[in-house]
Amino acid sequence: MFLNQFLFLAAILFCIGIYGVLTRKNGVLVLMSIELILNSVNINLVAFGAYHQHIAGQVFALFVIAVAAAEVGVGLAIVLLIYRNRRSINVAEANLLKG
Amino acid sequence: MGIVFVLAAEEAVANSWFYENAWLIPALPAASFVLILFFGKRLPFKGAELGIAAVGTAFVLAVLTTFTWIGDIQAGGESEEEHSLIVDGGETVAVALTAEEGEEGHGATRGAPIVTEVEWFGIGTDANRVTLGSEANVSEGAAATEDHGEEAVAAEDDHSEDDEAHATESLASKFSVPIGTIVDGQSVMLLFVVTFISFLVHVYSTEYVKGDRRFTHYFAFLSLFTAAMLFMVLSSSTLQLIVGWELVGVCSFVLIGHWWEEKPNSDAALKAFFTNRVGDVGILVGMSILYFAADRSFSITTINEMAVSGAIEQRTLLIAGLCLMAAVMSKSGQFILHTWLPDAMAGPTPVSALIHAATMVVAGVYLIGRMYAVFFVGFGMDGGTLNAMAFIGGLTTVGGGLLAFVQNDIKKVLAYSTVSQLGYMVLALGVGAYTAGMFHLFTHAFFKACLFLGAGSLSHACHHSFDMKAEMGGLRKKMPITFATFVIGSLALAGIPPLAGFWSKDEILAGAGVWPGTDGNGTFTIPFIFGVITAALTAAYMTRTIWLVFFGEYRGHSHPHESPPVMSIPLVVLAFMAVTVGFLNMPGPFVSSIGLPEGWAHRFEDWVEPAGISTFPGIAHANPSLTLAIFATLCAVGAATLVWLYYRRLYALDPKATEYSADTNGLASRIAPLAVGHTILEKKYYLDHLYTDIIAGGAKGPVARAVNWSDQNILDGVVDTVGKTAVVVGRFVYRFIDQGAIDGTVNNSGRTADSIGQILRGIQTGQVRQYATLLFGAAAGLVGVFILFV
Repeated sequence: MFLNQFLFLAAILFCIGIYGVLTRKNGVLVLMSIELILNSVNINLVAFGAYHQHIAGQVFALFVIAVAAAEVGVGLAIVLLIYRNRRSINVAEANLLKG
Repeated sequence: MGIVFVLAAEEAVANSWFYENAWLIPALPAASFVLILFFGKRLPFKGAELGIAAVGTAFVLAVLTTFTWIGDIQAGGESEEEHSLIVDGGETVAVALTAEEGEEGHGATRGAPIVTEVEWFGIGTDANRVTLGSEANVSEGAAATEDHGEEAVAAEDDHSEDDEAHATESLASKFSVPIGTIVDGQSVMLLFVVTFISFLVHVYSTEYVKGDRRFTHYFAFLSLFTAAMLFMVLSSSTLQLIVGWELVGVCSFVLIGHWWEEKPNSDAALKAFFTNRVGDVGILVGMSILYFAADRSFSITTINEMAVSGAIEQRTLLIAGLCLMAAVMSKSGQFILHTWLPDAMAGPTPVSALIHAATMVVAGVYLIGRMYAVFFVGFGMDGGTLNAMAFIGGLTTVGGGLLAFVQNDIKKVLAYSTVSQLGYMVLALGVGAYTAGMFHLFTHAFFKACLFLGAGSLSHACHHSFDMKAEMGGLRKKMPITFATFVIGSLALAGIPPLAGFWSKDEILAGAGVWPGTDGNGTFTIPFIFGVITAALTAAYMTRTIWLVFFGEYRGHSHPHESPPVMSIPLVVLAFMAVTVGFLNMPGPFVSSIGLPEGWAHRFEDWVEPAGISTFPGIAHANPSLTLAIFATLCAVGAATLVWLYYRRLYALDPKATEYSADTNGLASRIAPLAVGHTILEKKYYLDHLYTDIIAGGAKGPVARAVNWSDQNILDGVVDTVGKTAVVVGRFVYRFIDQGAIDGTVNNSGRTADSIGQILRGIQTGQVRQYATLLFGAAAGLVGVFILFV
């Protein structure tokens, strides 16, 4: 088994996701980047599951997909509301919690 | 519970309901007091109807009890078998109250007191009762009285076989106070008198205090007053008697001060109360002595029994008797504690009638009668010539009679007359003439109530004034019913035959045993002389009163009119009684000489005075004397005539005059010693000066100064020091603990939180991406840490 390759792929995806989250100003793109992060985790789970000959990894991956779907639903609803209120989805402008 | 059932033999059992349930008689007015107080104002007659109903029912009960009692006495023979049984949880103890054979002239024993008692409270119960009584019985009694009584009883129960004798001896096992009723001739007689007079007074009051602002309150206390007196009369133990005694005092205080808005009225109430307090010390000490002397017993029958049998030393009885005498002096207005009584006239007139006829003042006389064995033996009346009681009674009777002469207020005349007559009663009891004293109490109640209610009727007509000289005179035509009843009452009081006062007064004079052929308990010369003087004085001052009120010209400014029937009917009833009650106790020789049946003689004596029983001393009975009766009557008539002539002459000089002035040349203005005497009388022997100015005034200065000194130096010193220390401590606490430690901690923690917040504030930019950067940075940092160190 080539576990390294999968882990390497997952690490690259994770880093791209992090980069996207930290640099994008568009709220939808941020959500998409989070999706990348989650999927990198999925790859890890499936890879380890296969490596260990155990079904648990795939089961967890399914759960993560379901949770990710829900998370995107909530996230998009938030983005939609921000847009309605501000006519923009720039997350840099949403700084009401500034102390 | 130690319930004492009284069982008299055979027939008496059927009638004993009234004896056992005599407690209802005081309970009814007491209940009406509570009801009037709470609901009186909402009732159509403002509570008066409740009082009248309760006292009326009590009167009916009292009459039935009286008839039951008389029936039992008349039945005669059975009473020999009469005895009391104490039935107590299966245990039966026979108390032989009537064990001794009769030693008196009227045959066998009669008139033994019937006692019905329940346990009032007690500490521990009788050891015998524990061993013999059932367990439930014991625990019930113990639980009712004491919390841990049951344990103590249980503990005693275990050891009682061994040290039963010891338990019986100990104080705790014996301390049990019963409450109950005592029914004998004396209490039955007073039940009748009190309820009768109280009922009439209630009825009369509905008119007399009509429209008064405290009408309901007045009737409530009238009821309580009656209840208190009845309670006292029925007391079977000395402790209970003291309770009743004090209750009577409190009620009189409230009623005398009924119109307390005026200072003299509230002063009079206080004076009555305080003067009675002086005597109350006497009753407390006296009863305590008797309690210990009678082997720790509060029972009146036990104390009397021990006094008669000689179980208590004569000297002890004398001391106890003197203490009780002090109580009698204050309550029954005996010289020198009588001063409250005339002032008590400040109360509403019906109250005065009640106080002077039926309740309060006769309480003292009743006390003497109730504990007669103590006084009789203690004062050595058998074969004596003079004792404290007879002397005080004699002094009072003359002193009061003289004072009645100089009063212008009709109620005060009657008040001093009451003092005088109470002196007569005490004198009678002091010379051993028990029946005479009680009979005089009985007759006096009726004619004095009649006179007082008559005075009330007069004042009702004359601008609510009692001033005979300024507001009255010539009223005989305007108020015929009041005039007739007042004259009848006065004649009865003066002892003119054949009215009630004659019979009782004559018996007292005979009882002194001085007049040849009377043969009383001893030869009481000085009391006898006092008595004769008073017989004359009484007739004289009542003649003066009647002249000033009813004869001559009217001197007031209103239009007097006869009082309404609700006031005049009680007067007529009382006048009727004043005429007739004297016939209840006619002397034997008189009855036989005018051809009446033998049974008519000395009935009152048969009914009231016990004979041949262990709780009553064996007293001698004086023989009636026709010559003495004639002599006393002549004294009275002579004195009355002199006064009458005196006022006739005055009337001839000036129809509106009430006394001889310098112009008309009166006796006092001509003869210097008389003028001095007059002044002394007007100043009431200077007793009020002695009490208020010399005793109270002399005591209050030094006492006040001493109290002031201790106040300033001791009390204030303590208070000041405490206060100053508190201030110093307070300052210290404020400065160091409160300001330094507590506030410092609070402020510093606040300040720290604030500064940390200021630092952290910089991170809080509101930029989600920055938060994410921190999050991931931190995660990366942690990963680094884990990789490096784990």
